[in-house]
Amino acid sequence: MAKKLLLEKAHVEGIRHYDVYRREGGYAAVEKALKMEPAAIVEEVKKSGLRGRGGAGFPSGMKWSFLAKPEGVPRYLVCNADESEPGTFKDRYLMEFLPHLLIEGLIVSSFALGSNRTYIYIRGEYAWIVGILEQAIAEAKQNGFLGKNILGSGFDCEIYVQRGAGAYICGEETALIESLEGKRGNPRIKPPFPAIKGLWDCPTVVNNVETLAAVVPIMNMGGEEYAKIGVGRSTGTKLISACGNINKPGVYEIDMTISVEEFIYSDEYCGGIPNGKRLKACIPGGSSVPILPANLLLKTAKGETRLMNYESLSDGGFATGSMMGSGGFIVLDEDQCVVKNTLTLARFYRHESCGQCSPCREGTGWMEKILTKIENGKGAMSDIDLLWDIQRKIEGNTICPLGDAAAWPVAAAIRHFRDEFEWHVNNPARCQTQNYGLAHYADPIHVPA
Amino acid sequence: MVKFSEDKLKEVQSMIDRYPKGKQKSALIPLLHLAQDEFGGWLSAETMDYVASILGIEPIEVYEVATFYSMYNLKPVGKHVFEVCHTGPCMLNGSDHIIAYIKRKLDINVGETTADGMFTLKTVECLGACGYAPMMQMGINYREHLTEAKVDAIIEECRNKQ
Amino acid sequence: MSEAVKTVKVTIDNITVDVPMGTTILQAARMIGGDVVPPAMCYYSKLQGSGGKCRTCLVEVSKGSEADPRPMPKLVASCRTGVMDGMEVKNMTSSKVEDARNGVVEFLLLNHPLDCPVCDQAGECHLQDLGYQHGKQGTRYEFKRRTFDKHDLGPYIQLHMTRCILCYRCVFTADQLTEKRTHGVLSRGDHAEIATYIEKSLDNNFIGNVIDVCPVGALTDKTFRFKNRVWFTKPVNAHRDCKCCSGKVTLWQRGEEVLRVTARKDQWGEVEEWICNECRFEKKKTSSWTIEGPTHVSRHSVISQGHYENIQQPKETFTAVNGGRNPQLLMDIHSVSEVNDPSIDLSLINGPATSDVYNHSTKQS
Repeated sequence: MAKKLLLEKAHVEGIRHYDVYRREGGYAAVEKALKMEPAAIVEEVKKSGLRGRGGAGFPSGMKWSFLAKPEGVPRYLVCNADESEPGTFKDRYLMEFLPHLLIEGLIVSSFALGSNRTYIYIRGEYAWIVGILEQAIAEAKQNGFLGKNILGSGFDCEIYVQRGAGAYICGEETALIESLEGKRGNPRIKPPFPAIKGLWDCPTVVNNVETLAAVVPIMNMGGEEYAKIGVGRSTGTKLISACGNINKPGVYEIDMTISVEEFIYSDEYCGGIPNGKRLKACIPGGSSVPILPANLLLKTAKGETRLMNYESLSDGGFATGSMMGSGGFIVLDEDQCVVKNTLTLARFYRHESCGQCSPCREGTGWMEKILTKIENGKGAMSDIDLLWDIQRKIEGNTICPLGDAAAWPVAAAIRHFRDEFEWHVNNPARCQTQNYGLAHYADPIHVPA
Repeated sequence: MVKFSEDKLKEVQSMIDRYPKGKQKSALIPLLHLAQDEFGGWLSAETMDYVASILGIEPIEVYEVATFYSMYNLKPVGKHVFEVCHTGPCMLNGSDHIIAYIKRKLDINVGETTADGMFTLKTVECLGACGYAPMMQMGINYREHLTEAKVDAIIEECRNKQ
Repeated sequence: MSEAVKTVKVTIDNITVDVPMGTTILQAARMIGGDVVPPAMCYYSKLQGSGGKCRTCLVEVSKGSEADPRPMPKLVASCRTGVMDGMEVKNMTSSKVEDARNGVVEFLLLNHPLDCPVCDQAGECHLQDLGYQHGKQGTRYEFKRRTFDKHDLGPYIQLHMTRCILCYRCVFTADQLTEKRTHGVLSRGDHAEIATYIEKSLDNNFIGNVIDVCPVGALTDKTFRFKNRVWFTKPVNAHRDCKCCSGKVTLWQRGEEVLRVTARKDQWGEVEEWICNECRFEKKKTSSWTIEGPTHVSRHSVISQGHYENIQQPKETFTAVNGGRNPQLLMDIHSVSEVNDPSIDLSLINGPATSDVYNHSTKQS
């Protein structure tokens, strides 16, 4: 059983409430932190090797140390709870079951960064979680962990919950800031980065829910101890939200040493694929990361066992690897159609493009139209090459990473499943009633006897 | 005329107080949610102008925001709105089938409202419930692990609420 | 002069220039001028916050700075990226830039109606120029182009949303020149549009400037609508005493008639001084204006086809430089047809009249 740092207490009866959470050892991190120098806390987070859990995997301590500290200007911490990447639902789980863990992490982080007003920007659809969080905030305040002069330290802090209103793009940190300012969620052009000019033009740090929650165990056990868990630059534990064709979809906390194979087939995690079907492909880190066929998912191109961590999942680059991303683990069984799956993702990105910059605004819609054509058996061979060219011209040329996020799934699907696209073109009638199946990219290990 | 009640105006003020002085525009998105809930489940131009006047901003700033976010209804909707997710993970678990079933059952297409004004069917993109697919949002709640039987029960439940 | 202004060296397409710290790559390129200047469809130096959106001005930074010589991993929007000392930038010398820019032009034209023959902007349209410079003859897009509901903006300004490339310039203009903005960008993604939501006319006294900043024919002058093609008109600089603005304008005349009034534009197509609606829409009589002289229009522009400006016979003619000999042919005939190219073996060209065919047929008989 892997060590759990975040979800250990998730199923303790009444843990949503302050009394139970406190009895289980909660808010010790705040008590410890408020006796430290803010800079020392940043140092602990640096030592822990914690990487942003929202998708980009940027070292959190380093991000914190970039925060500008001009005299007389307020600084802000914003918690990014706009979880919208298809396949990802870990932050929701954390907030629903352990709201106080997030609040505790937020108080420690606010103190470390000097933020007296901290906002949780939560996606609008998670409406019922707003109540859960506000309840937790009120309880923390009643018990002196929020408000003026927290625990006599002289530090004041308020946490507010801000609801979004339905826009994936607001998960991008500058779009989130725009939205928090009451504007359209158009990402800003960087530089300047939020650490210099963020919310209301003040220095701002935006961190994912899981990242901020992880600050609590880091405080409690110390950065060095935290860094001992996991492997290489993948320290600590990571929440993986598993979904798609698996027996046990849900949120799992893993230490990043287990193999992908174990994660899919072990009963402790996904519990294998339903109805004895075989594994066809997997999108291991949320919809925007490259899809991998089973044979490349379980083993790297070098033939090594692929592990559930940042380095191993990206081993081989985009040619034969993928990314850890946000930890949204989507499994496709042998009866799924990669073209159809890619189409729904392309439709998603077209729907969520803010429309500010031309490659993304025009390119995402174009890709969706071509994929619809191929999926409906009306595609031509040249459409596949055209798709490839369009994604290539979007990638890297947009204001924010949504362009890349829209391009990568299409690129990876063509890279690894081109024969399936071609089959659609060559079998316009059959592809309407039947799926292509597994072909040569079948899972090499779990072939039934 | 649209106007918040005294109680709601207090709520509005507490929303505005969450931000530093002069940054009241930040309250726009929460305020539009409140207005939509209060004034018939959608945002008319009149409602949006009213929200603009509360925050002291230009009406166009409200229109720009209201049309950007997918949760605001700019046209009247049915009493119960079924927002069924059809993105990748839900599709893998049969959301297409659920959507087709609801269409048949209510005899409407996606984007339409039943003649009696009870139900509106919408398809939406990922709502962050991929592990509990297929799913839909109804009001502020999620309905997950949908099956035909479950859909029937939900429709029944809505009808009984009358 | 104070020492406060620090200058830095930046090299663009192998041309080095000293510019003040804080200059953007695009501005530095404009100081050099010529072909190293990246095209800009959304950036407008007079509008704060503009730029970064259209992605036509993407350039490659092959060296970040003297202090940190690493190249930048992605192409950057030159209009919003500041120069650093020792920075090296590739614009027209980069194949990556060329490729990306071709892509951007294709994206911008994807849903753009090819209605140039009936568009009042034709001839002075930046997208048209960009298309000629970078575009292909055909399109790879085979779907129905996007359309929008018609939206009336009042008696002066004509909106054609299908032509819009969402540069946001008109929104910045309304924000920065007028007190109350009444139009904006509504909806999102590929459905985003310029509109007022509830139809109303734009009537601020400076709102007419949105026509001048619009890079395409999305916002045009209703008082000039279908009156004439710009290349048939003659632009002259003129001024009048105006209470609200500088009164410095360009009149677009045909004969003695003033067909259109616009602000004067610089070589980058940007307005020099904003003008008011009265000057723009209400003063259509030559007698209202003091004419200064012809407006300079780049000779690459179709408008200069009117040859109204500085007509002078060149002193040196071909006859003079050829020592009195009259030129017979001014073009290199070899470049016109391969038949005339001495390096090509005529017998290898497919066709009926080669010697092989001849020999073959004679031997047969």
